[in-house]
Amino acid sequence: MSAKILEKQQLSENVFKLVLDAPKIAKKRKAGQFVVLRIHEEGERIPLTIADADPAKGTLTIIFQVVGKSTAHLSGLEAGDSLLDLVGPMGQPTHVEKIGTVVCVGGGVGVAPVYPITQAMKNAGNHVISIIGARCKDLIIMEEEMKAVSDEIIVTTDDGSYGYHGFVSQALEEKYLMTGDKKIDMVVAIGPVPMMRALCDVTKKYNVPTVVSLNSIMVDATGMCGACRVTVGGKTRFVCVDGPEFDGHQVDFKELIDRQRIYLDQEKQCYDHYCTCRQQGKGA
Amino acid sequence: MEMKERLKILRQPMPEQDPQVRKRNFDEVPLGYTPEVAKAEALRCIQCKKPECVEGCPVEVDIPGFIALIAEGKFIDAARKIKQTNALPAVCGRVCPQEVQCEVRCVRGKKAEPVAIGRLERFVADYERAAGEVSIPKIENMTGKKIAVVGSGPSGLTVAGDLVQMGHDVTIFEALHAAGGVLVYGIPEFRLPKAIVAAEVDYLKKLGVKIETSNVIGKVATVDELFAEGYDAVFLGTGAGLPSFMNIPGENLNGVYSANEYLTRSNLMKAYRFPEYDTPIVRGKNVAVIGGGNVAMDSARTAMRLGADHVYLVYRRSRQEMPARIEEIHHAEEEGIELHLLTNPIRYIGNDKGWVTGIECLQMELGEPDDSGRRRPVPIKGSEFIKDVDTVVVAIGAGSNPLVQSTTPGLDTNKWNYIVADEETGQTSREGVFAGGDIVTGAATVILAMGAGRKAARAIHKYVMSK
Ligand SMILES: Cc1cc2nc3c(=O)[nH]c(=O)nc-3n(C[C@H](O)[C@H](O)[C@H](O)COP(=O)(O)OP(=O)(O)OC[C@H]3O[C@@H](n4cnc5c(N)ncnc54)[C@H](O)[C@@H]3O)c2cc1C
Ligand SMILES: Cc1cc2nc3c(=O)[nH]c(=O)nc-3n(C[C@H](O)[C@H](O)[C@H](O)COP(=O)(O)OP(=O)(O)OC[C@H]3O[C@@H](n4cnc5c(N)ncnc54)[C@H](O)[C@@H]3O)c2cc1C
Ligand code: SF4
Ligand code: SF4
Ligand code: FES
Repeated sequence: MSAKILEKQQLSENVFKLVLDAPKIAKKRKAGQFVVLRIHEEGERIPLTIADADPAKGTLTIIFQVVGKSTAHLSGLEAGDSLLDLVGPMGQPTHVEKIGTVVCVGGGVGVAPVYPITQAMKNAGNHVISIIGARCKDLIIMEEEMKAVSDEIIVTTDDGSYGYHGFVSQALEEKYLMTGDKKIDMVVAIGPVPMMRALCDVTKKYNVPTVVSLNSIMVDATGMCGACRVTVGGKTRFVCVDGPEFDGHQVDFKELIDRQRIYLDQEKQCYDHYCTCRQQGKGA
Repeated sequence: MEMKERLKILRQPMPEQDPQVRKRNFDEVPLGYTPEVAKAEALRCIQCKKPECVEGCPVEVDIPGFIALIAEGKFIDAARKIKQTNALPAVCGRVCPQEVQCEVRCVRGKKAEPVAIGRLERFVADYERAAGEVSIPKIENMTGKKIAVVGSGPSGLTVAGDLVQMGHDVTIFEALHAAGGVLVYGIPEFRLPKAIVAAEVDYLKKLGVKIETSNVIGKVATVDELFAEGYDAVFLGTGAGLPSFMNIPGENLNGVYSANEYLTRSNLMKAYRFPEYDTPIVRGKNVAVIGGGNVAMDSARTAMRLGADHVYLVYRRSRQEMPARIEEIHHAEEEGIELHLLTNPIRYIGNDKGWVTGIECLQMELGEPDDSGRRRPVPIKGSEFIKDVDTVVVAIGAGSNPLVQSTTPGLDTNKWNYIVADEETGQTSREGVFAGGDIVTGAATVILAMGAGRKAARAIHKYVMSK
């Protein structure tokens, strides 16, 4: 199915938000699920988390960071344009229940996928603490939205230009785990893999169950190809159908990082090709 | 022509691209018969009164019938004759294992070589398409019944084509962005040009079949929700699209692919045309392909075309046991694929960046026959050796994708999670739900999936009309 772009908004230098017309998916999706899209005939299939949805209006929100050719192309589309293909909702929904105090951590553009989970955790009656972070103030996204669905919130920046000076993992440890003021029942973390790994190292020390959402490379996202495989607890799992969420303490992060780099050279070649073509006014 | 003359005609060879040229391009390997060659080949058929060949064809194509029309030069009529029982002759003529189906039963094969039934089938289908003479039958009586077909592989396409012609309102739901199943994502361009599949799909659309791509049943809607939306029956033709791995060390290293991923990147996503197409693929120099079936052959020949210096086909049994079509093994060898028979990988070796650099194998010998009746390969002690490779494609079979089964209560499955369905009707344990093709039988063939689709279409028609 194709999908029309209804709204577009730039959230920070490299992060964009699109609202898509996708009534069937909007009706079915649950927190933690994602879509796969293809912009044009020669395009890749890329997975993006459903950051929000309005079943009544039949709309979906996706928020993405420009990291290569496909996301750059996507950022160049405008309201009124259409995506060639949109499929979803894919993946297992987040397991949401009332368990007490939940910390939702989002790093960089990871705030977008953690937002619907935070919302669901809050609606389930949990005490929700959010920690969102980025390299600097200008890269913080969705602070207001996150505030609205959290009981407490900490904003961190690596350079100290805003909020807590340091990484999200440090804020979590220093403000909560070390003090022991509040019993933390669960942590949900989404962001760059090194961030999730660092965070899991911290929560392991304190024995706090931690769920991470993995962004392995995908092709079909229906469980058919195995491109997305990761090792969790010594077993091979497919992120697209078994995940994307897994027990962070069991994930082989080194393997995930290696696998994300398989196409580094070709991705660069593809992006350069795209940029050159654009400069010459030839389109993509 | 006199019978004696006809018996003297030799089987007409298929013109092919030169192996040295074709091993570096993705164009189709066999070039097809010309009308003259087709007529000559058609004359070899002695028009048996009790044609054995027809018994070998799972959908009982009227083989002597269409071949007689070719001999008379009535190519379009010949195509229509085949289409009475086989909706996809251009596909079957290319990919059917004729050597174990129709052609193996041909009486001419007893003294000389069998009639080239597959090549003739392909010829007329191509002729009809090129002539632009594909006729669209008019559908008279609409029944008002709605039928959902899940999956657009050969089984789903057949069910849809048959039911729409019986006057039903048919919608196909396909998970991927293109229709055709394995025909578009698995079998490579050089064996089955995608334009042919697209033409067949287009034909169904012209007949009135609606095709909803990018719709995963079990996710965007369950089978029960399809009934709630007003569908009167559902056909499940979801295929055997779950990649198998051997669970040996190093299988998740970079550069180790499942055949499904490797072929999907190349075929469906057109990675072989990167960077014109955005999807990348590793273009290995020393590639090992594990397995001995059609999927392994397709992977190995794809690797060669992507620029490999060496492609090793690693198979644990001997040549006799290889499940791939003889023609494909022959083509692969001509293109320089190196067969390592009676060889089994035991682990992959990687570097510190997580990339595969080698494969450790064991030499095997054949022991007693196993359950499949084939002699079981047993390892030879101390025969371990290492081969340097930078890419591996694991093509050791496929399992059933659980998306539909796990979201359809009351749908019975067997111990491998394939759907249990009646062989004659496709009826499953759920009323109004039918199934056929690889999701019932496990990985099989295009024509068997089509045969199952045809039977299910009849049963579905009967079911919805009696409701
Ligand atoms: C379940 C899931 C949810 C995701 N949600 C979001 C989201 O909400 N917002 C967001 O900004 N990003 C998200 N991503 C990551 C996003 O899919 C990639 O950034 C995007 O595919 C990059 O494409 P590109 O062509 O722009 O970059 P490329 O130049 O192709 O790649 C840049 C990097 O992105 C990753 N990547 C490349 N191709 C794929 C692919 N097909 N699938 C997954 N990762 C890939 C690789 O690590 C690569 O090194 C998600 C990924 C997954 C698996
Ligand atoms: C590489 C390769 C080479 C082959 N070569 C040959 C050959 O030479 N000759 C031969 O006869 N056979 C060959 N085969 C086998 C043959 O292709 C299959 O037996 C045949 O395609 C099975 O048809 P099917 O309709 O059952 O399923 P498939 O062709 O597998 O199609 C199933 C379709 O259903 C879709 N689907 C799955 N789940 C869902 C869902 N939940 N919702 C919506 N859609 C869904 C899939 O995306 C797919 O498109 C080959 C197979 C492979 C993989
Ligand atoms: S459909 Fe296949 S088996 Fe039947 S006649 Fe044609 S090539 Fe032979
Ligand atoms: S068995 Fe051979 S010769 Fe006889 S009808 Fe069939 S194709 Fe012709
Ligand atoms: S992306 Fe293909 S199996 Fe997960």
